[in-house]
Amino acid sequence: MTQESLSTPSSPSARRLTWGKLVAWGGLIILLIIVAVALLQSQQGPVAIGKPAPDFTLTTFDGETIKLSNLRGKVVVVNFWASWCKPCEQEAADLETAWRDYQPRGDVAFIGIAWTDTEPASLAYIEKFGITYPNGPDLGTRISQAYRTTGVPETYIIDKNGILVNKKFSPFLSLAEIKAMIDPLLAP
Amino acid sequence: MKKKIGMSRKQIFPVTTGLLTLLVVLLLTALPATAQQPTPPPLISDDQVNAIAKEMYCPVCENVPLDVCPTQACAQWRELIREKLAAGWSEKQISDYFVEQYGARVLATPPATGFYWMIYLVPPAVILLGLFILYRALSAWKQPAPAMPGLTQRTGSTAPATDEYIQRVEEELKKQK
Repeated sequence: MTQESLSTPSSPSARRLTWGKLVAWGGLIILLIIVAVALLQSQQGPVAIGKPAPDFTLTTFDGETIKLSNLRGKVVVVNFWASWCKPCEQEAADLETAWRDYQPRGDVAFIGIAWTDTEPASLAYIEKFGITYPNGPDLGTRISQAYRTTGVPETYIIDKNGILVNKKFSPFLSLAEIKAMIDPLLAP
Repeated sequence: MKKKIGMSRKQIFPVTTGLLTLLVVLLLTALPATAQQPTPPPLISDDQVNAIAKEMYCPVCENVPLDVCPTQACAQWRELIREKLAAGWSEKQISDYFVEQYGARVLATPPATGFYWMIYLVPPAVILLGLFILYRALSAWKQPAPAMPGLTQRTGSTAPATDEYIQRVEEELKKQK
């Protein structure tokens, strides 16, 4: 009798047990999926070379709005920096010199993105190094998340078709180093 | 005979009076100068800044609250909080500003919206699941083991046989003695 009641699948206790198990297993599977997705995202690493560069819209400190996809036909240099970052200072002057050299051509754009920086400190940094190319804050750290940056300075070189062709995760040591990355993309 | 060292009270008195006079003159001359200056912004103490900063984390140095983080980036953030407080911003306004600038992950307590709901849902769900499993395990331990007819029958049939066998062994042993 007892054995029979235990083995009857349609009894209320057996049904409760089934639902309980379903909920428990379902919850566990959902949890594992979330953990797996988070792990995959964290293991993705930086944006791959040869792939389209993630699009973004930047509002500069001057109030100008720049959309990366609107710069097709130009080589774009995207530089992530911060005023508190000492290595960024090493390359600041060279980046500005490079920008001034390429600016008359019209087919090279430089964009500076201030990462987790305060506006007054960013503006002081821009003034200190006499930076004239467009710069703006990474609002909500959305752009750095899209590029999966790991710190500053980081520079991404995007070709005229919007493809990421080069990246540098340390400061440029010379003007020549910057030009060596840009010049091959400006073939006539 | 004791030797007198230093100045006598009579000698000290004119010096003290002179110093006091100088101090009064300095204060009187300083007063008009400060009166001409515009009202300075309210002084914000470190405690006021840290009360807000301790609820935030800077993305540069993860797992270190903003109020104790020693980096320059965090010092700049604390200075920004001080400026906003001096400008009359409320704690909520400052918090919202930081979220807008740097994302919701700067908050020690993320908002219960979107994906952040998981933070509030998953841990209680896991605890409930654990309690359920524990309850099931304890219930199973408390219940007496179900009667197993086959085993009982076998035990019932073998017990007399065993006794018989023991008896026979004992008899054999007696015979040998």
